[in-house]
Amino acid sequence: MEKFNKLTGIAAPMPLVNIDTDMIIPKQFLKTIKRSGLGANLFDEMRFDQDGKEIPDFVLNKKAYRNAEIIIAGDNFGCGSSREHAPWALLDFGIKCVISTSYADIFYNNCFKNGILPIVLKPEEVELLMEDSKKGENARISIDLEKQIVQSSEGIEFSFEIDAFKKHCLLNGLDDIGLTMEKVSSIDKFEKSYQEEKPWL
Amino acid sequence: MPIAKTLYDKIWDAHIAHEDEDGTCLLYIDRHLVHEVTSPQAFEGLRMAGRTVRAPHKTIAVPDHNVPTTLDRAKGIDNVESRIQVEALDKNAKDFGVHYYPVSDIRQGIVHIVGPEQGWTLPGMTVVCGDSHTATHGAFGALAHGIGTSEVEHVLATQTLIQKKSMNMKVQITGSLKPGVTAKDITLSVIGKTGTAGGTGYVIEYCGEAIRDLSMEGRMTICNMAIEGGARAGLIAPDEKTFEYCKGRPHAPKGKDWDRALDYWRTLFSDEDAHFDKVVTIKGEEIAPVVTWGTSPEDVLPINSKVPAPNDFEGGKIGAVERSLEYMGLNPGTPLEDVTIDTVFIGSCTNGRIEDLRAAAEILKGKKIKEGLRGMVVPGSGLVRAQAEEEGLADIFKDAGFEWRLAGCSMCLAMNPDQLKPGERCAATSNRNFEGRQGRGGRTHLMSPQMAAAAAVTGKLTDVRNLI
Repeated sequence: MEKFNKLTGIAAPMPLVNIDTDMIIPKQFLKTIKRSGLGANLFDEMRFDQDGKEIPDFVLNKKAYRNAEIIIAGDNFGCGSSREHAPWALLDFGIKCVISTSYADIFYNNCFKNGILPIVLKPEEVELLMEDSKKGENARISIDLEKQIVQSSEGIEFSFEIDAFKKHCLLNGLDDIGLTMEKVSSIDKFEKSYQEEKPWL
Repeated sequence: MPIAKTLYDKIWDAHIAHEDEDGTCLLYIDRHLVHEVTSPQAFEGLRMAGRTVRAPHKTIAVPDHNVPTTLDRAKGIDNVESRIQVEALDKNAKDFGVHYYPVSDIRQGIVHIVGPEQGWTLPGMTVVCGDSHTATHGAFGALAHGIGTSEVEHVLATQTLIQKKSMNMKVQITGSLKPGVTAKDITLSVIGKTGTAGGTGYVIEYCGEAIRDLSMEGRMTICNMAIEGGARAGLIAPDEKTFEYCKGRPHAPKGKDWDRALDYWRTLFSDEDAHFDKVVTIKGEEIAPVVTWGTSPEDVLPINSKVPAPNDFEGGKIGAVERSLEYMGLNPGTPLEDVTIDTVFIGSCTNGRIEDLRAAAEILKGKKIKEGLRGMVVPGSGLVRAQAEEEGLADIFKDAGFEWRLAGCSMCLAMNPDQLKPGERCAATSNRNFEGRQGRGGRTHLMSPQMAAAAAVTGKLTDVRNLI
């Protein structure tokens, strides 16, 4: 997993609330057996018409946002299905950070497994950044994970909270499984007494 | 003086294999259910790292999302990508030695129907699967929730999940349901009240007389949609109905193990003074048969209502409703009972069990579906299908004009051939009405099996109470 520390990039505004993971990556694209390549299908049904032509009004099709690295999103981003294909599609497109007031649980966790930083800010803070991002290429937003700060294009700073363990893994690009394997003796010990107590499991 | 614990607290505490200082735990997983869509990358990850599945005997796999439901599916899957995914699961199950129900096995079906049916799901367990409707298994008093593919790989390799504890939420449904009102109406009404984010950060425990009165299948319908309200998991404390359901199933404990299990299962309830961080109460009598009108599971209204207007809402929801109404092709003020449909889908992990089929058949008996309408009944597993045929339900469906299919996720989501064309409008017993869910441009109205059957007869969204 790639490390995440600092990012300065163009932010795309997506003010719609309850953007679900079916919107982010529709089900027909879940048929892949790989983690890569889904960037082409990100927000497919909002981005392309039935003939496969780009819908000019969709934010990521606009010239200013074609290389967006950040999304400023409406509340409850990533609700619905647990598909990790959603963060895979975002990452493959080039999105490394999402900023919103709230996220669905499973999507939030899935982001961290893939080096994407989902930031939670207050409604008025998200609103300011949403307006900022509408300036297109002129609005570069900066994120500093170590300092837990988001900076608007005009230098206004907001601090954000983040779970210390998740931050640590993201900063260092740590692999979950490798970390857990270091605790395998705890798992062995638990399993042994657990099986004795509940032999039917 | 011991601290009062909720059921969630008790199950959580019993499964901590390791705890860090900051409260991040390694939660031991009793059952890992696997299907073909969210597992290929996980198994590939294991291979690349030279790892094996730690507990293959606790891992159960079955293909369900991609499989065709037509009777000729034994010939193979036409869609190349779908075929590749199912073949990948066939190979992975074999290579890693996990329990497997291939398409050819009569026990194959939707993973969340097969698990309980085969006795894999038991009270007090932790159950995970790369699918958000894993919450279904919470009906047994199990801590069950969806996980992403990276977490699937983690569970395969270590039989644990890295988790921080959620908060406790109680949803009480008091009193009793009126005729024509079902578990599906309860679960949709709860989401209508809390919104799709009302449960985010919580594990929900459903309780109250109306919940106790439900059968195990009704309870599974309730818990299935906990995730649509934002809660990762939903629980219902086990009782005699639960134990009766589990008894004798292929993988349920037997003999002395059964007695020991039962002793433990009887401790699985929230203590009287246990603290819940959030409580929602709904009176059973006040729940009506409902339908969804929009593109979010929270867009729920009683059938006798009218399509709402954007200005009936506040904040960001106003724009979302404008968008939903346009997508759904609905105008504010239209009575829901005037909305015509062209497709009916009865099935899914929410409502694809034998009781759901019985309920639909009860409405359809001796009737025909509206001319020009397309109807599909998809049983949740091969065993449900066989039972429905034995009980004569299949004949009722076929006589009415429904297609009687083989088991799979089918039209719940358009990953297999069962899809809506743009603009088609479906009365569906599934769990999500998002844009494009059943097919690009497809319009979904969620409801109970009885309500879907009623809509099939009239060709419109219909109050089932007028037909019973």
